[in-house]
Amino acid sequence: MIIRVDSLTFRYPTGTTALDGVSFQVAAGERVAIVGANGAGKSTLARHLVGIERPASGTIEIDGRRTDGLGIAELARTVGFVFQNPDDQLHAASVVKEVGFGPRNLRFPPARRAELVESALRLTGLTQWRDTHPHHLSLGVRKRVALASVLAMDTPVVVLDEPTTGQDHASVVLLGNLVDGLAADGRTVLTVTHDMDFCVEHFDRVIVLAGGRIAWDGPVAHWPAYVADAADGSLELPQMTRLGHRLGWERPVTTVTGFLDRLSPGPGPAPVPSTSP
Amino acid sequence: MIEVKGFSFTYPTASRPALADVAFEVAPRELCAVVGGGGAGKSTLAGVVSGTVPHLTGGTAHGVVRVNGRDLAETPLSGLVGEVGLVMQNPFNQISGARFSVREEIAFGLENLGVPREEMAARIDPVLDDLGLTGVRDRSPYELSGGQQQLLAIGSILVMRPTVMVLDEPTSQLDAAGNALVFEALGTLREQGVTVLLIEHRMERLAGAADRVLVLDRGTIVAQGTPGEVLADERLEEWGVAPLRYTVAARHAAARGLWPDRQPLPVTLDAAAEGFGETTDRLARGDRR
Repeated sequence: MIIRVDSLTFRYPTGTTALDGVSFQVAAGERVAIVGANGAGKSTLARHLVGIERPASGTIEIDGRRTDGLGIAELARTVGFVFQNPDDQLHAASVVKEVGFGPRNLRFPPARRAELVESALRLTGLTQWRDTHPHHLSLGVRKRVALASVLAMDTPVVVLDEPTTGQDHASVVLLGNLVDGLAADGRTVLTVTHDMDFCVEHFDRVIVLAGGRIAWDGPVAHWPAYVADAADGSLELPQMTRLGHRLGWERPVTTVTGFLDRLSPGPGPAPVPSTSP
Repeated sequence: MIEVKGFSFTYPTASRPALADVAFEVAPRELCAVVGGGGAGKSTLAGVVSGTVPHLTGGTAHGVVRVNGRDLAETPLSGLVGEVGLVMQNPFNQISGARFSVREEIAFGLENLGVPREEMAARIDPVLDDLGLTGVRDRSPYELSGGQQQLLAIGSILVMRPTVMVLDEPTSQLDAAGNALVFEALGTLREQGVTVLLIEHRMERLAGAADRVLVLDRGTIVAQGTPGEVLADERLEEWGVAPLRYTVAARHAAARGLWPDRQPLPVTLDAAAEGFGETTDRLARGDRR
C-alpha cells in the first residue's frame, strides 16, 4: 500500500472539526476520486497527504513511512500536490522556471531535470508558453502550469485538488489522458473533484466524504447506486447514468460508450466518441 | 440592458486583440450565456461589460459599450458601483480581506454604498439564506471551503441589487447543491428584471437556464442562438466547448439510425430521455431500421 490513512482527525484552530476518524488505504497505480459536498473536508484531507496540514490524531503512512516524522520537503519526493488555486503555488518569473523549480530543489542531475521539465511542459500542452510569466496567463492555463510543476517532480503519488475547475474542453480531455497515462506508468493519482463525468471516465475508485467522515468507498462502477440511494443533493450522478435511469434501466451506465452498447448491443465494435471514453 | 457595438480591445503588452469587432445586446430579464475555450476572451468580455476593462487594465479599445444607456468609455467606475455587479472567476480575488466574518463581508459593499444600518440586515439575511450560507455566517471568509467562498463572492454582489449582473464562471467550484442554489438565484434575478451575462464552462444547467448563448473563439463571436441551436452544433468542440454527453450519444446513435428522424439533437436531459425513449420503444418492437 502506498498510502495508509488511519483514524485521521483534524480540527481548525477555531475548533471546527474538518476530518473525523478517516481511514483508507490506496495501492500503487490506483486512481482514486474524493468527492463530496462543499465543506465536506475533501481539500483538508488532500492537504494532509502532502503534510501541509498535520493531524490532531491518527496517522498517515506514505510508502511505508509515517508522515509525522517527515518534513514537507521530504514528503515532496513522494507526493506531488496540485493546489485548487494555482496562485497559492506559482511564484517564478516564467513558466519554464516555475516547472524547473521542483526538480532543482529535489537535486535531480541537470540532464534528468531538463528531461522532466520538457516532458511536463509537453504533457500539459504548455510548450508555447515556456517563457511567459505565469501571471500573464489565464486562470485555466495557470492551473496547467501548477500541474506541470508537480509532474516535473516525478513523484510516485500525485494529488490533484479540483483539476478540471476553470478548464476548457481541450484541457479537460488532456487532463483525463494524463491521469490515465500516470496510472499506466504505475503512479498513483488521487483527485478531489466535483466533476462526476470526469470521475467515472478516468478513475477506478470513489471515496465519498460527508461531514468529515467517509460515507462510502468503493469501485467507480458501484458508485452510482450509492448516490441514487443516499441522495442529499450534493452529489450529482454522471449525465449518462441519469439518462439511463430516466429510461428505466436497472443497471447503471456511466459513459457514452457504455450507454450506446446497452442501447443496441450488436455485432461490430461500438463507436468511440471523440470527446470521452 | 447591455449593448456592445463593433468593440475591439487589446491589452497593453499584447500583440493581438483579446476581443475583435464584438457586437451583441442583452435585454433586461434576459440571461445570456457566454461560452468558449481558454483564451477566447470570455473574462475580458466580463471586464468590459462591468467597466473594469479598460478602466483598470489600460489597453486600447475601439467601439461602443453601453450599460443601461450609459457609454462606459465616459463613465467612471465609481459611477457603476451598485448598478453593475461583477462576480469574479476566482473568489479569492474578490473577498475584501478587510472583514472578519461572512456576514460582515456581505455587508461590506452596502457600507460603501452608504445603505442605512437598519436596511442592511433586511438585505443581508435573505441573501445568506438563499445561498445556504446562514450556517457559516459568523466564520472567517478564509475558513470557508473554495465552493463556500464562491457562494460568498456571489452573495456580496447580489446584496447590492445591481440591475446588470456579470458572472465569470460562478459555479466552477460548487457541488451540485451549490450549483442549484446559484441557478435559482439567477432565475429570481431575471424575474426581477435584472440583465444577466453569465460565463460558464459547465453546459448542463446553462442549457436549461439561458435564453441565448454566445460562443467566443479567439476574441470573436463565432456563433449565437438558443441553447438548443448552439450546444448541438457539431463545431462546438472546435470552439473549445465540451458538448453534453447525451448530445454526443445522440449524434453517434443518429449515425447508426438509433435517434428519431427529424428530432433535433438533445441539449437537455428531458429531450434526451424523450428521444432515446422512442428509440428503445422501437427496438423493443423489433424494428431495427
